[in-house]
Amino acid sequence: MAGKIIKVSGPLVIAKDLTNPMMYEVVKVGEIGLFGEIIGLNGDEASIQVYEQTEGVGPGEPVINLGTQLSVELGPGLIGQIYDGIQRPLDIISNRHGDFIPRGIDEPSISHEKKWDFTATSQPGETVSGGDRLGYVEETEIVRHWVLVPPDVAGTITELDSGSYTVDETIGKIKDEFGEIHELKLSHRWPVRIGRPYQRKINPNFPLITGQRVLDTFFPLAKGGTACVPGPFGSGKTVVQHQLAKWADADIIVYVGCGERGNEMTDVLLEFPELKDPKTGKPLMERTILIANTSNMPVAAREASVFTGITLAEYYRDMGYNVALMADSTSRWAEAMREISGRLEEMPGEEGYPAYLASRIAEFYERAGLVIPLGSEEEASLSVIGAVSPPGGDLSDPVVQATLREVRVFWGLDAKLAYARHFPAINWLNSYSLYADIMNDYYEKEVSRDWIRNRGHALRILQEEAELEEIVRLVGIDALSPRDRLTLEVARSIREDFLHQNAFHEVDTYTSLKKQFLMLQAILLFHRLALESIEAGISLDLILENEVREEIARMKYHPEDEIDKIEAVQDKIIKAFDEIRTRRASA
Amino acid sequence: MIKEYNNVKGLEGPLMIVKGVEGIKYGELADVELHDGSIRRGQVLETSEDTALIQLFESSQGISTERSRVRFLGKGMTIPVSREMLGRIFNGVGEPIDDSGAIIPEMFIDINGAPINPYSRNFPSEFIQTGVSAIDGLLTLVRGQKLPIFSGSGLPHAQLAAQIARQSRTLGEKEEFAVVFAAMGITFEEANFFIDDLRKTGAIERAVMYINLANDPVIERIAIPRVALTTAEYLAFQLDMHVLVILTDMTNYCEALREISAARKEVPGRRGYPGYMYTDLSTIYERAGRIKGKKGSITQFPILTMPEDDKTHPIPDLTGYITEGQIFLSRDIYRKGILPPINVLPSLSRLMQKGIGKGKTREDHADVANQLFAAYAKGVEARELAVVLGEAALTPIDRVYVEFADEFEQKFINQGFGENRSIEETLNIGWKLLKILPRTELKRVRNEYIEKYLGKE
Repeated sequence: MAGKIIKVSGPLVIAKDLTNPMMYEVVKVGEIGLFGEIIGLNGDEASIQVYEQTEGVGPGEPVINLGTQLSVELGPGLIGQIYDGIQRPLDIISNRHGDFIPRGIDEPSISHEKKWDFTATSQPGETVSGGDRLGYVEETEIVRHWVLVPPDVAGTITELDSGSYTVDETIGKIKDEFGEIHELKLSHRWPVRIGRPYQRKINPNFPLITGQRVLDTFFPLAKGGTACVPGPFGSGKTVVQHQLAKWADADIIVYVGCGERGNEMTDVLLEFPELKDPKTGKPLMERTILIANTSNMPVAAREASVFTGITLAEYYRDMGYNVALMADSTSRWAEAMREISGRLEEMPGEEGYPAYLASRIAEFYERAGLVIPLGSEEEASLSVIGAVSPPGGDLSDPVVQATLREVRVFWGLDAKLAYARHFPAINWLNSYSLYADIMNDYYEKEVSRDWIRNRGHALRILQEEAELEEIVRLVGIDALSPRDRLTLEVARSIREDFLHQNAFHEVDTYTSLKKQFLMLQAILLFHRLALESIEAGISLDLILENEVREEIARMKYHPEDEIDKIEAVQDKIIKAFDEIRTRRASA
Repeated sequence: MIKEYNNVKGLEGPLMIVKGVEGIKYGELADVELHDGSIRRGQVLETSEDTALIQLFESSQGISTERSRVRFLGKGMTIPVSREMLGRIFNGVGEPIDDSGAIIPEMFIDINGAPINPYSRNFPSEFIQTGVSAIDGLLTLVRGQKLPIFSGSGLPHAQLAAQIARQSRTLGEKEEFAVVFAAMGITFEEANFFIDDLRKTGAIERAVMYINLANDPVIERIAIPRVALTTAEYLAFQLDMHVLVILTDMTNYCEALREISAARKEVPGRRGYPGYMYTDLSTIYERAGRIKGKKGSITQFPILTMPEDDKTHPIPDLTGYITEGQIFLSRDIYRKGILPPINVLPSLSRLMQKGIGKGKTREDHADVANQLFAAYAKGVEARELAVVLGEAALTPIDRVYVEFADEFEQKFINQGFGENRSIEETLNIGWKLLKILPRTELKRVRNEYIEKYLGKE
C-alpha cells in the first residue's frame, strides 16, 4: 500500500502511512514518480529528500517505498559511462528523453541487454567467500572486470560456467553453510552510504604519479592517500583535477563533478575519448567513470553524488585495481548538506552548516586507503582528491578546516600566482605532503638517491627567496650580496623553468619522474657551479648573462623520447662554467 | 484546474497563508482578488494538507484577510513566446510595456526550464570577436560561455556591455543574432542608456528587452532573469539564433533574493544571503551553452557591481565559482583615464583555450596571451616596488618591465568605447609591445612564433 504526501516544501516532502519505512530507504514520490530518500522518521510521518524538482507535486499524491536503501548497480558496463548523482545514465537519458533532463525518469544504470563473455577462473566444488574471484569479462580494452563473490556471500560453488551472459542472467550458484542457495550474477547492488568491506588497511608507501612537477616532486600524493585542493575561483582547481584525471597512473579514474559547471563535464566527455593514456596508449575514457551532477541539477542528488562515486571506486578497488577519485567540488556537496539540513530545521553549526558536517567529511575521506581487499593478498588502493571552494578563498571556512583534519596532502592554490598566470598556482610555501618522506625508498629505487635531497634543497631556496624578498621590499635589491642575488635568480628559475607547467602544451602537460628529476638536477647544478664561481670572484652578472640559462628554460619543452637532450643540459652547464673560468683566466 | 478560496488566515510581508485548501501543488500560481476587484499574483511556496503558503509577486499593501479571494491556477509560471518578441520591451513577468499591444504567442513555456543534460551539451569553442583588445586577446569569449563583468558603482560597465552587444560577431558565415536584455532593479537612466544605444545602432530590431526598474516589485526581480533566459532558450534552440543575454545588475537580483529569504524567515548564510544562493544563481548562469545538433547558442554577460569593490563579497564570489571566468573593471585604471578600465590580471576566461589558435584566431594567440599576462604582472609588481623604494631601487630589467606595463595599458587596454579592433590588430599590438622586452625574457612563446612575428611589422 502506498503512503501519501501531506506536505511539500521545495526538495523536502513529508509523507505518512508508508509501509514499514526505514531510514535512507528509496521512495518514489507523487504521480510522476520522483526519486527520493527517507531522511527522517517521526511517528507515522516520514521526511523525504527528493532528488528532483518538486514543482507541481502536492498533498494527497502517493509515495511508494521501494524497500532498499539508496544503492548503485555494480557490474560490467560502468567504465566510460556518465551518470548523474544517483547513477542514472545521462547518455541514455539524452538519447531517449531529449537535451533537457525531465523529471521522474528511470533508466537502468548499466545495460541489461548487452551480453558479456564471462570466463570462469573458479570451479564448482571450491569453497569461496566474499571478494573471491569467480572469473572475468573484458570490460574495455584496458580494464579486465573481475567478477567477485559478493561481500556478504560465502559457501561452496555448486555451479559456474563460462559463457555469454547479460548482467541479469545466472552464471552460477553458491550453497552457504545453512544450505541456502545464492545465485551468482555479473552484477549486484550496494548501498552507497556503506563502505565496501576489505581485509585490512595498510600505510600508503608509494606515489600516485601525476606527471605534474609541483605535485610529484614537491608535494606527492601516495596511492591510497587523500589530498585536498582548496582555492578561490579562477585559481585553477578544475584544471588541476582534470590534469590528475588525465595523467595520474591509476588503473581506474572516477571523476565526480559535484555541483560544478556543465561545460566542464562536457569538456571531459569530449576530450577524454581523444586523449591517450601514456601507459597503455588507449583512450583515457576506457578507464574513466564520470559522475556529473552539475550545479543546476537537483541539490539532493548532489549530496548523494560523492557517495555514488566512491562506491563505484571501491568496487574496482576490490578487483585489485589502483583507483583514483576526484571530487570537484566538496564545498558544493557540503552546501547541499546545508540546504537540506536547513529545510529539516535542524540546529545549525558554524556558518549554517549542519553540526555533523565534519563527521560526514571524515566518513567520506576515510573510505580512501591502501588495502588488502577481500579474497586477495595483493594491495589495491583508492586515492581521493577533493577540491574545496572556500568563500573568498578564505581557509578558515568550516569545510576547509574539516577537510584539513582528514587529508594528508594539501595543495593550496593561490590567487596571486594565478593572476601572474603561474600555473599550476600551487603555493609552495604553505602546501604540504605528509607522504613525501615515507616514500623515500620508492624514489631511491625507481629514480635516484638524490631525489629527496634535491626536493629539500629546492624548497629551501624558495623559502629563502620569500625571506629575501621581504628585505628587497624594505631596502632594495642593491643591498643584497651576490650570493643572495643568485639565490633569487635560482629561485626564479625553479619557479619559471620547473614549477610552471602549461597544461595545454602538448609536451609540457605531462612530465615523467625521470625528466622531473633531471630538470631539477640541472637547475641545482647551475646553482652550485654559480656559487663556486662567485666565491672564485667572478661577477654575478657575467654568470647570469650566460646563454646556458636559456637551455635550462627550454628543458620542459623537450619530449619524453628526447630525454637525452635534458641529460645533455647538465654537460652544457659544466662546459659553460668552464668557459667563464677560462675567459676570466685569460683576461 | 482552477480552485477558489476565501479563507485567508494571515499575511506577513509578501507571504500569505490560506487555510482550508485542498490538492494545492507546490509551485503553482495563485491570483489574489482584493475587495476592490484588483488582482495580485503569487506562487505557492509550501503546501500541506489544508494549508498553502503563498508568496506574492507584489506588495501585500491593502490586502485584507477578510475580503480577499484566492484563485489557484493549477499551473506554474509560464510566459508566451514568439518571433514577434524581437524589438519589443516587456516587464518582469513578460507583459509588454511599450504600447505596441500583446504578442500572439506561438507557445507558452515554464520559466524555470529544465537543466541541460551535460551529455547533450556541445563544448563552446567558437570565437566571438568583441572588438575589445583586452577581451579578444586575453580573455577570449566563446559562444555558449557565461562571462560576467565584475564592476563597481560609478564604473562604465554599461558602456562596455553596450559596446560588446554592438560589436560582437563571429568570424565566418553570417548567422542570425539576437540580444536579450534583462534589467533588474536598475535606474531609469541606465535602462534608457541601453535602449537608446540599441536604438541608435538599429540593434533594437534584434533585441528583446525585459525591464524591472528600481521601484518595480522586488519579486519580479526574481522572475526576470528566468523569463529572459526562457525567451533566449526559445530563440536559440527553437529558432536557431545566436543569443547574447545581458543581465544587469545581478547584485540587485541577489539583494531581492535576500529580502525574500528574510521574509520567509529562513536561516541566513553569509552576510544574510540565503544558504541556497549558489544553487539559485547556478539555475540562472547554467542556462548558457550550446546543445549538440542545435544551431543556436546562448552566451551570457551578467553584470554585477561589487559592494565596496570587494570581490570576496558573496555575490561576486558565488558568481565567480559558477561562471566561466570574469572580467574585472578597476577603479585605479579608470582613474588613469583608460577605457575600458579592465584589470586583466584577476580577470579570466576559462573557455579561452578552446576558442583560440590556428583556424580560429591565429596560431600564436595562446603564447602571446600568456606572455603578455606574465610580463604585465611582472611590470605591475615592479611598479608597486618603485612606489615604495623609488625608481632607483629597480634593476634594469625591472625598469623595462615597468615601461612595458605602462605601454601595455596605454596601447593595448586603452581603446575607448567606439573603436572596433580585429583580432589580427589586437595580436599585432601585442607583438609590438613584446618588442620592449629582451628576447630572453620571452619564455612563454615558442621560438618559431618569435621568428615569424617578432621581426615583422
